[in-house]
Amino acid sequence: MAPSTPSRVAYTNARLLDPATGLDASGGLLTENETIAAVGRELFADGVPEDALHVDCGGACLAPGLVDMRSQLGEPGREHKETIRGAGAAAAASGITSLICLPNTDPVIDDEAGLEFVARRAREAKSVKVYAYGALTRACAGEQLTEIGLLSEAGAVGFTDGVSAVGNAQTMRRALSYASAFDAVILQHPLEPTLASGVMNGGALATRLGLAGSPAMAEVILVERDLRLIEMTGGRYHASHITTARTVELIREAKRRGLPVTCDTAPHYFTLTEAAVGEYRTFAKTSPPLRRESDRQALIDGIADGTIDAVASDHDPQDQDSKRLPFAAAADGIAGLETLFSLSLDLVHTGRVSLLSLLHRLTAGPAEILGLQAGRLAPGLPADLILFDPDARWTIDPDRFRGKCKNSPFDDHPTHGRVLRTVVDGRTIFAISE
Amino acid sequence: MIARTPPHLLGIAGMTQAEIVDLLDLAEGYVDVNRAPVKTSDLLTGRTVINLFFESSTRTRTSFELAGKRLGADVINMEVDWSAIKKGETLIDTAMTLNAMHPDVLIVRAPDSGAAKLLSEKVNCSVVNAGDGSHEHPTQALLDALTIRRRTGRLAGLRVAICGDIAHSRVARSNIHLLRTLGADVRVIAPPTLLPSGIETLGVTPFVDMRAGLEACDIVMMLRLQTERMRGSYVPSIREYFRFYGLDYAKLASAKPDALIMHPGPMNRGVEIDSEVADDIDRSVIREQVEMGVAVRMGVLDALTRPVLEGAA
Repeated sequence: MAPSTPSRVAYTNARLLDPATGLDASGGLLTENETIAAVGRELFADGVPEDALHVDCGGACLAPGLVDMRSQLGEPGREHKETIRGAGAAAAASGITSLICLPNTDPVIDDEAGLEFVARRAREAKSVKVYAYGALTRACAGEQLTEIGLLSEAGAVGFTDGVSAVGNAQTMRRALSYASAFDAVILQHPLEPTLASGVMNGGALATRLGLAGSPAMAEVILVERDLRLIEMTGGRYHASHITTARTVELIREAKRRGLPVTCDTAPHYFTLTEAAVGEYRTFAKTSPPLRRESDRQALIDGIADGTIDAVASDHDPQDQDSKRLPFAAAADGIAGLETLFSLSLDLVHTGRVSLLSLLHRLTAGPAEILGLQAGRLAPGLPADLILFDPDARWTIDPDRFRGKCKNSPFDDHPTHGRVLRTVVDGRTIFAISE
Repeated sequence: MIARTPPHLLGIAGMTQAEIVDLLDLAEGYVDVNRAPVKTSDLLTGRTVINLFFESSTRTRTSFELAGKRLGADVINMEVDWSAIKKGETLIDTAMTLNAMHPDVLIVRAPDSGAAKLLSEKVNCSVVNAGDGSHEHPTQALLDALTIRRRTGRLAGLRVAICGDIAHSRVARSNIHLLRTLGADVRVIAPPTLLPSGIETLGVTPFVDMRAGLEACDIVMMLRLQTERMRGSYVPSIREYFRFYGLDYAKLASAKPDALIMHPGPMNRGVEIDSEVADDIDRSVIREQVEMGVAVRMGVLDALTRPVLEGAA
């Protein structure tokens, strides 16, 4: 490193927020090269070290960078919708320091070469950290298991068939069983495939719109089945983007029984309801679909009490051509990276979730599920940090998204929170210009 | 005259330690016979042994055939396509047909568990189970035990690891019963998909981590993995299986330095066992197992046709 580049950075005058330890106090943090060297209330009581670069946080919040455990990054195969470089820049500006991408790419990430490709593209982008899930079954076809042992060694942080559910009970049983030998976590897209054939939430609104409904029970049934399979096998299981009140209840109960189960949800599921589909608004078309108000409320409760371990962006970039179609033909998905943090912070502003609890679901929660060295303000860990103002008000305008795709139903949605600086491995990769 | 049930050898389960040791002692005597220039005896002259194989097998059938011939019996081989025997009645029909020819011993190999037992209930001769489905293969366990006993002098107290497709292996089940009955400490090592539920109730300790399972073992028994199980249903691929469950020197280092390596054959080199290990002249006893196979089968035919041992097996 050139002598002019300080290897140490002192962050002073910060509101330190470490959800893993419950720390919420003013103080300072010192990074040395790529890691956190020290953190504490009185850290710089005797002054900032002379050789350190001094960053005065001006009272802003300093927290671990966000770990977004569910995103689709377009590479390989759908570079016209998203790229790792583009998503990285959007993530950095939104406080995300670790992105975990789904394997349902083209080709599917079901071998070491796929993992290596993602790792190389991330290195080239020099932005946020990018991890990948390995496909659970070859080509995400739901039949043959992938090389879970070899892929784990090659860096896969978990296994999933992405946007496809593993519907076959025997396949899921064997997957859970086999993966347990490697302590690998299996992530399910929990929609019973034969039931979830509709294009929006099943019920009165779907009936009125004349759209095929995908009932909430499609999610409940698959999660319920999987919980039985977990009892049989002892495998680690994660239900991705859960959306219904009944699922929250099921998982709460399963955790009480000590099953190795975790789950996440996404901001659109706790911010919107099926009403957002309104008059065939395809930008609100997702899989699983947006549900009812009672489901939304239950999800918020689940986030508050920790039943829901993580909040993820569920970033699914789609171009205009994929969305400007009749509702049933339009693609699912919301570009979620740039609204993940703010829509989540709204839960703090409505008083439903404490700031530390919310941050936990965005940092230490997912990091723990995936075994990542991230999500905590602890000496020795990589210095992946964000500096943010949780109260700044702004209005979402997808046209101003940094990312390539603007498919968001949140245009004109008032929200909170602004990221001032994003640090990955001690290096500032994003800072707001004053 | 009282109708007598002829003695059978259907499985190791249920046999006593004394019965097993008697058979091993008897077989031991035939090792030298097999090594002599003239190997024939007239013990079973005039007796008929039928090898009834519903599953293709070269080595087991040959081993039984040689055993019968060296004892002077008339040995007939019958290979029957199992697909023609899908129904129980047809299997019994076949048995009754053979029974009418008055054989003395029927040696049966079948892909269905319990097939040998079913046949034994219908015929008047002795039945030897040469492998029924995933259930038992008693002569394999006996020959394995004889191989170990000749090398180490004992079975009691040895730590034995059986590694591989435990779920579908009749060799594993027979060996577990025999080794447990003779006082060995038995571990089974496999990916969780190939460890059948409740296996620990057979008195063994299951392991999914091969190095941990091989810790301080005296004997490492490898099992054959059928190719149809390596294509993603039970195991993702051959290379992944070999990486985590194939026996190579790196994993073998956890076992005792003089641990013996066994395999019932035929081996899949590069799948469940590394060639270097399989061919290690100091530690691999795989060829010796084949030799002991003939001696054990001679001992079994001898025992089953001796009036004094009736009912013992």
